[in-house]
Amino acid sequence: MADTQAPGRLDPGLSFGAAARFAAPIGLGVVFLVFFIATPDFLTMSNISDLLVSASILLVLAMGQQLVVTVAGIDLSVGSNLPWSAAVLGYAYTSGWGLTVSIGLALLAGLAAGVVNGLLVARLNMTDFIVTLGTLSVVSGLTLLLTSGNTVPVNSDFLRGLAIDGIGPLRWFWVLAFVVAALVGFLLYRTRTGTYLLSTGGNIEAARGVGIHVDRIRLIAYASSGLACGVAAVLFVARTGGADPSLQTDLLLSSIAAVVLGGSSLFGGKASVLGTVTGALLLQSLINGFTLVGISQYYQPIAVGTVVLGAAFISRFQK
Amino acid sequence: MTDTPARATGVSAAAPASQDAAPADHVVSPLVEITGLRKSFGAVHALQGVDLKLAPGEVTALLGDNGAGKSTLVRCLTGVHPPDAGEIRFRGEQIRFHSPDDARQLGIETVFQTLGLIEDLPVWQNLYLNHELTRGFGPFQLLDKKSMIAQSRAILSRLDVNVPNVRATVRRMSGGQRQCIAIARAANWGRTLVIMDEPTAALGVRETAAVEELIDRLREASVTVLLISHDMAQVLRVADTAYVLRRGQTAARRAVCATTGDELVGLITGAVLGDAHA
Ligand SMILES: Nc1ncnc2c1ncn2[C@@H]1O[C@H](COP(=O)(O)OP(=O)(O)OP(=O)(O)O)[C@@H](O)[C@H]1O
Ligand SMILES: [Mg+2]
Repeated sequence: MADTQAPGRLDPGLSFGAAARFAAPIGLGVVFLVFFIATPDFLTMSNISDLLVSASILLVLAMGQQLVVTVAGIDLSVGSNLPWSAAVLGYAYTSGWGLTVSIGLALLAGLAAGVVNGLLVARLNMTDFIVTLGTLSVVSGLTLLLTSGNTVPVNSDFLRGLAIDGIGPLRWFWVLAFVVAALVGFLLYRTRTGTYLLSTGGNIEAARGVGIHVDRIRLIAYASSGLACGVAAVLFVARTGGADPSLQTDLLLSSIAAVVLGGSSLFGGKASVLGTVTGALLLQSLINGFTLVGISQYYQPIAVGTVVLGAAFISRFQK
Repeated sequence: MTDTPARATGVSAAAPASQDAAPADHVVSPLVEITGLRKSFGAVHALQGVDLKLAPGEVTALLGDNGAGKSTLVRCLTGVHPPDAGEIRFRGEQIRFHSPDDARQLGIETVFQTLGLIEDLPVWQNLYLNHELTRGFGPFQLLDKKSMIAQSRAILSRLDVNVPNVRATVRRMSGGQRQCIAIARAANWGRTLVIMDEPTAALGVRETAAVEELIDRLREASVTVLLISHDMAQVLRVADTAYVLRRGQTAARRAVCATTGDELVGLITGAVLGDAHA
């Protein structure tokens, strides 16, 4: 049936599809409304400013995850890759190697983990979630070895400035997150590599058939996610003033959740950078609002998990 | 650097270019020569010694029952599968494809039986897949969407296909429309050899006629065509030479002007014995 000319009739499935497409913005609106009513502290300049700073870290991670999901993969290793990169930064800095070198090493550490994931998945054809689950564990062990399980404080005026200052009213974190999101959007929609990423995720056999080097493309996706972890780690250290090897496993779920909420298909081939940005903002607003209202921290994972399940349910209607 | 959409650009050919300019007959060395090709998938011996020659500028038909190994042969010839044994010569030189990209570099394009389209990408992006037009230079190459969209209409208009909107995704296209898109893509980019695996299986009468016309035009442009088809009448209409594959082996080779549909059917089913090693 070629129904390209005939305007489709509005059946329930279709309107659900429309709702699914706008799940993240609708959710974001609802969360803002609820917390605006619940507490006068939510919709204030300083709170929104802080909210966006926290969201920046998640956003950078989610952008890496977005690329992996685009090629029909998943990167579970971000949960430990971020603390690992942060630990490398802390270790290098406290060893007196200077901030520039330390930041470079942190980025390299994240990239390295991503490249290992990519090689195992793309070259050796191992299952993505087993591979990244494996590196999740290996890398968290490496982090503990490197830090002996202790938090490494990083006292750097530059990093503190990065977390607090900005250009005019724009905080540096926002600028960085915006740049990362813009780069990913640019890569996906404006370059050949982006077309190959979408093709590889959409139909890997067809992509291979037209001569796209799908191994290389999948490697690029996983490596980018690793690099994103490195960038997020720098932001994380700047914000918290140190590297805590035991933290941040909830960022793993949130990064995947942001991508799913944004409407990208976990089966690959469909990406929405703007959606993922909205998804990340939604999740961070939820956590931020919960803290403000004074609901126990223990409810946060339940709320985040419920939102993710909701998103997964809605995405059934997306086809 | 910008890719030209027409097939004007020369291939980095291994052999002298004068070869494919000569008229097609038995004296001319073949564009592709396959000898003793074997391919097994575990216990399934899909190809058990296939011999085949594609004369340059000719349309060669490949016939055979379901499961005879035709698509497997195509996949070996395009670098999707590495063959287990045997050799493939291209313009006289033995080649070993490591990926379909190697075949593409030689100007070989394929309409796979599964079509090889990316459903969630728009039609124009499928037509230009791995042949994208770009602006800018170095690492700052941007997709030239405008040109690709505009020229997509021209590419499709060569086939009598009705695709109202090249910006729509392939997912929205009918089976026949998809097949036409895949054919148009291969015909547009194929500079030396265009392989079509049952290209008209889902097409209507008008569209089939348009595809056959397109095959004629490829021949006029001295592009070699390998056509896989179950439609005997079609083979007799468009092909110069026909090969019959039976259970993974070459059963016979016939010049189309010297055979009949009945003979070909007999060769396919085994009712007519082939010439053991054609
Ligand atoms: N990837 C694969 N893995 C395992 N077996 C395969 C694979 N591809 C093909 N085969 C087997 O190889 C044999 C030849 O298949 P092939 O697809 O080449 O046949 P065909 O001649 O193209 O048939 P059709 O006319 O139905 O398209 C079949 O028995 C098939 O089951
Ligand atoms: Mg077949």
